[in-house]
Amino acid sequence: MSDAQQSIENTVKSQDVVLFMKGTKQFPQCGFSAQVVQILEYVGADYTDVNVLEDMDIREGVKEYSNWPTIPQLYIKGEFVGGCDIVREMFQAGELQQMFTDNGIAVKNTESA
Amino acid sequence: MPMNAAEIEKMITDAMPDARVEIRDLAGDGDHYAAVVVSEAFRGKSRVQQHQMVYSALQGKMGGTLHALALQTSAPEA
Repeated sequence: MSDAQQSIENTVKSQDVVLFMKGTKQFPQCGFSAQVVQILEYVGADYTDVNVLEDMDIREGVKEYSNWPTIPQLYIKGEFVGGCDIVREMFQAGELQQMFTDNGIAVKNTESA
Repeated sequence: MPMNAAEIEKMITDAMPDARVEIRDLAGDGDHYAAVVVSEAFRGKSRVQQHQMVYSALQGKMGGTLHALALQTSAPEA
């Protein structure tokens, strides 16, 4: 396993909720990343943001790690959940909130907007 | 080089012949699309798996040539 793969695995295994994104949660630099941030902020789950624009090895490595070609990527308890479209669909269906609750992660809003 | 909608549709239907594909050009710039794909091949698969099937049909273009494709997938309603 390469350093990047090892580092990604350490991050997703040590944090409950991790979002690999372009930019930061305070300042997203891509519309898709911004949408996922908005959803997570609304749901009120605590999460760690990783800015892939700061590290090319992580940016490419995370695509390989999940076998998923785009960023953002959301992980809950080490498991790859999906990108922007999937997170949005799950949020709208209430499944994302359920997934947080099922994993013992506190959320503020269990209703979809 | 951006891709045109017909090209995207063809790649998907080549891989999934039964697929019903609707593509919209979101920004009118040939670079931001939304696609709805309905195929029997998705039945019983998770959302991640369904999207991965479409990405694999696009043979690595997703995330590269194709920057923005908002994807919605489902199996046909029974």
